[in-house]
Amino acid sequence: MNPAPSVILFTVLSGMGFGLLAFLGAGFVQPAGWLAFAHWGLGYGLAVGGLTASTFHLGNPQRALRAFTQWKTSWLSREAWAAVLTLLLLAPVALSDWLGLGWPRQIGLVGAVACFGTVFTTSMIYAQIAAVPRWNNWTVPAMFLSFELTGGALLSGQTLPALIGCAALIGALYAHKTKGDVAFAKRGQTLGKATGLDIVGAASVFEQPHTSPNYLMREMIYVVARKHVLRLWPIAFGAAAIVPAVLVTVLPSHPLTFALAGVIHLSGAAASRWLFFAQAEHVVGLYYGQRQL
Amino acid sequence: MTQLPTHTDKKLGLVIDLDTCVGCQACVTACKGWNDQGYGAALSDQNPYGSDPSGTFLNRVHSYQVQPDVGAAQIVNFPRSCLHCEDAPCVTVCPTGASYKRTEDGIVLVNEDACIGCGLCAWACPYGARELDQAVGVMKKCTLCVDRIYNENLPEEDREPACVRTCPTGARHFGDFADPESHVSKLVAERGGYDLMPDLKTKPTNKYLAPRKKDVPQETSLLAPLLDIQTTGFAGWLDKVLGKLG
Repeated sequence: MNPAPSVILFTVLSGMGFGLLAFLGAGFVQPAGWLAFAHWGLGYGLAVGGLTASTFHLGNPQRALRAFTQWKTSWLSREAWAAVLTLLLLAPVALSDWLGLGWPRQIGLVGAVACFGTVFTTSMIYAQIAAVPRWNNWTVPAMFLSFELTGGALLSGQTLPALIGCAALIGALYAHKTKGDVAFAKRGQTLGKATGLDIVGAASVFEQPHTSPNYLMREMIYVVARKHVLRLWPIAFGAAAIVPAVLVTVLPSHPLTFALAGVIHLSGAAASRWLFFAQAEHVVGLYYGQRQL
Repeated sequence: MTQLPTHTDKKLGLVIDLDTCVGCQACVTACKGWNDQGYGAALSDQNPYGSDPSGTFLNRVHSYQVQPDVGAAQIVNFPRSCLHCEDAPCVTVCPTGASYKRTEDGIVLVNEDACIGCGLCAWACPYGARELDQAVGVMKKCTLCVDRIYNENLPEEDREPACVRTCPTGARHFGDFADPESHVSKLVAERGGYDLMPDLKTKPTNKYLAPRKKDVPQETSLLAPLLDIQTTGFAGWLDKVLGKLG
């Protein structure tokens, strides 16, 4: 699939933002005054910024409000609702922290759970797609939620949750990679099966249906160079989980430590999300002979 | 609404005969032509006369080479368009309700006024049946020429999809699969019409007919017995005598 910057920014930033909001809502860190404004502002900024980035790839963003109508069947619509409700739910807690209103924090706990629920709906937008075997399994929500946990813990300066998050993330990334690498082959789809021509013989492409790439090929038949994959996966593991875990363990527990770990984690998250899209093979590629393994 | 209907009164769709398709691309052109002027936004082209032409099409014809275990390789032309699936994954993923499947005839359509152009339906379709129009930013797909098949302003023989109407070899057939007596249902029964990627459980309405088995070429000519001329009568006597002389 085409690793468009808008969807990478959307999933990475909103995941991290909702992670931070979850930790703030649950009261792991309870800043006051302008410090609270900065914390909550960063959380809201990342979440809303990510959601805004997701509208960049829309053909008609002016109709985006319609995306709230089909929550009964569409994970994208559910995500829209979950995101807005979560942001509204946490607003009183954020205001109370900022302005020192001393309002009860119980709703913050509900909001924290809702933050994870929102990122789960984001992950299901991808995990539901049977036509992309690499995505169509549980490792996608596991990976998205682990990123949320790690990012939130790092940005809110929580050492132990950050270490737990990094461990979960290594596991989830490993599961997603190993399961994903064989997912297409395991589905057993070939050009012969997709066209039904295997009952005649061994099928291969004789001539493409058009002479230059079309929307399908640009959007769903992205072919990534193997050397880039081999380089990027270690970067993803290292920057997203291993280096941040080492930093928060070795360096003193200081905001600068977490800021450094957070920035490195963000770059790792972006690398892994690029791979998440670029490596995902859509079965339509079979018809173009682009999925011969 | 993007909830799929539990039942459709008709199941309109196509049968595509891979045995007779010659890959002339007339269906591609007819489809593009018809859908440039009627239903919804016109199918646009980008840089159509330049070095890198590209555009929106609702129907594409692939060409495959198929090598049987014995005998010569065959060319099979393979038209690919929306299959109007019963369990259409493109419909349920739509966040706005723009994608829908009609209860009356099972046609899968896009309400372009409600489409935000997110592209998720194109991702969800295993068959590559949907293309986002780059000029208007809405999703385009085969409408089964819904503006032809019920159009009483057209002569009756034209009330079928443009691709079917134009096909010079009769490789495309249009009809109601819910009716076991329709000619498409009979064709599927006779020729073993099959679904594309049935394991994805989309239950396509459109069916494909496999190329028929080729005849085995005969080693000896049908005319061989005629070449073995046996002379009789005077010619036979002459033949015998001349043979002795030689």
